[in-house]
Amino acid sequence: MPILQTTGLEKRFGGIVATNNVNLSVEKGARHALIGPNGAGKTTFINLLTGVLKPSAGRITLEGKDITDTLPHQRVRLGMARTFQINQLFLDLTPLESVGLVISERLGSGADWWRVVGTKSAVTEQIVEIIERFHLGDVMRDRVAVLPYGKQRLLEIALAFACRPQVLLLDEPAAGVPEAERHELLATIEALPADVTVLLIEHDMDLVFSFADRISVLVNGALFVDGAPEDVAKDPRVKAVYLGEELDA
Amino acid sequence: MTSPNPALTGQVSDYLKRRARWTPLEIAFWIFAFATIWLFPSKYLILKDTAILALFALSLDLILGYAGIISLGQAAFFGFAGYFAGLVAKYGFITEPVLALMAAGLVAAALGFVTSFLVLRGSDLTRLMVTLGVSLMLGEVANRYSNITGGADGLQGVDIEPVFGRFRFDLYGHNGYVYCLIVLFICFVVARRVVYSPFGLSLRAVKGNPLRSSAIGIPVKWRLVAIYTFAAGIAGIAGALLTQTTAFCSLDVFSLDRSADLLLVLIIGGTGYLYGGLIGAVIYKFLQDWIANLTPQYWQFWIGLVLVVIVLIGRDRMQAWIATALGALENIGPRTIARPAKLAAPDGK
Repeated sequence: MPILQTTGLEKRFGGIVATNNVNLSVEKGARHALIGPNGAGKTTFINLLTGVLKPSAGRITLEGKDITDTLPHQRVRLGMARTFQINQLFLDLTPLESVGLVISERLGSGADWWRVVGTKSAVTEQIVEIIERFHLGDVMRDRVAVLPYGKQRLLEIALAFACRPQVLLLDEPAAGVPEAERHELLATIEALPADVTVLLIEHDMDLVFSFADRISVLVNGALFVDGAPEDVAKDPRVKAVYLGEELDA
Repeated sequence: MTSPNPALTGQVSDYLKRRARWTPLEIAFWIFAFATIWLFPSKYLILKDTAILALFALSLDLILGYAGIISLGQAAFFGFAGYFAGLVAKYGFITEPVLALMAAGLVAAALGFVTSFLVLRGSDLTRLMVTLGVSLMLGEVANRYSNITGGADGLQGVDIEPVFGRFRFDLYGHNGYVYCLIVLFICFVVARRVVYSPFGLSLRAVKGNPLRSSAIGIPVKWRLVAIYTFAAGIAGIAGALLTQTTAFCSLDVFSLDRSADLLLVLIIGGTGYLYGGLIGAVIYKFLQDWIANLTPQYWQFWIGLVLVVIVLIGRDRMQAWIATALGALENIGPRTIARPAKLAAPDGK
């Protein structure tokens, strides 16, 4: 059974069909990439998956459970977390506070208004695990706003990962990261645990083909091709609409 | 995966706990606040008003400084609870002031809960209008039912029993001031606890980035409802204090001036660190008192001028000056305590 599945997913904005009858299956533990030219509807699709937008038609299931009508924060609790193409961080908090916040929420003490943050050892231990995994130790006490961009990008993923999702949606995680900081970021993504399913939305073809074990191509809001990387790379239609140059080169 | 690194675990835990620790400056602040009881016996009336204003400003700081909800209607809760405290005393429903105070806080919180749903929608401007509207409506309701509230004449014949049956509000205002100060302190300690809790942290997250907050599983709406309700309760306690210590309540408790004053207090004192309302209230009240003594007729001109200057200079810059001044003091003083190498200067400018 696929861990994440959409059936007949559709989103219209007035006369425009931004997502057109998409049937996508993501297998458990997959490294699945979703690619497509600009304006293909990738962002709309992510917003549908995460509940920011309501679909005009179709269903979404997570681990066989219908989540179409749930709210964004409920989907997080059901096991789906996302990162954003443009950083969405808490600029006035420190990485420690940000990660601590996510973990408190997940452990159900987010509404606890009397206990001081950090007095629960379970929370502290998990914070440390995340800080280490995402190489944030040396900046953990700095305001997020002043972190180098690469570290902010790592924190962006760390916050989603700290939700301990079954499915992690990475929206162009490497976008805009300078070359010098890129390696650390990509290595961290590579090292994500195998049992976490990753759906990667990405423009960078090097990253897609080195990382993904399955690729779906979205064109004009519809699922165009869906298959193993080598098949997608060979597919003449994909070359025609999208990949052409980059793959020939 | 990597086993938790014990050294790092210790650092993380220390860091998080240290956030909530009382600093020497805070302790000094409260020692001084309580010392005023003995230091300025001739100033009890203005000190009492200041304590009430400070508590009231604390309620706005909780929603504005921590959750980013701007409001011109905190007077709704202040006034509602003020009348409640007056009426329960007048008709003898709850005669013990502390119990009445708690009940007033609860009814104000209940009103806050109900109206919070109106405030959740929309932008800052809508919120200003909605909160203002609610307090105007309540003021007019109090005016309409003058048979109960006394209307424009105010609520007369309120007789407040001694606190705990022992401490009667005296003519000099001593007991009244001590009572207000203790209530302010207790509410402050509770508010402080709340803002350093996971709940308080989640509010700052919601204020900073609501989109991401819901993407990490925070039920944004309910957190805002909760803090709005809590802040309304605090505003209500402030309103009830005013009624109890003056044995009177008039329509002016709902006035726009009262809500607007709060914003001025927070502009002076700053938001988001809890002391802004307290410091702002002290400066505002004493400045008002001092200027009013100099020019009884035109004192508002000077208050206005001070506000314009504060906004133009910018609080960041003033804080930087104060930090520099403190730093200079520290450099001449004995170096016994290890201190951070660099002063935390506010960014920019």
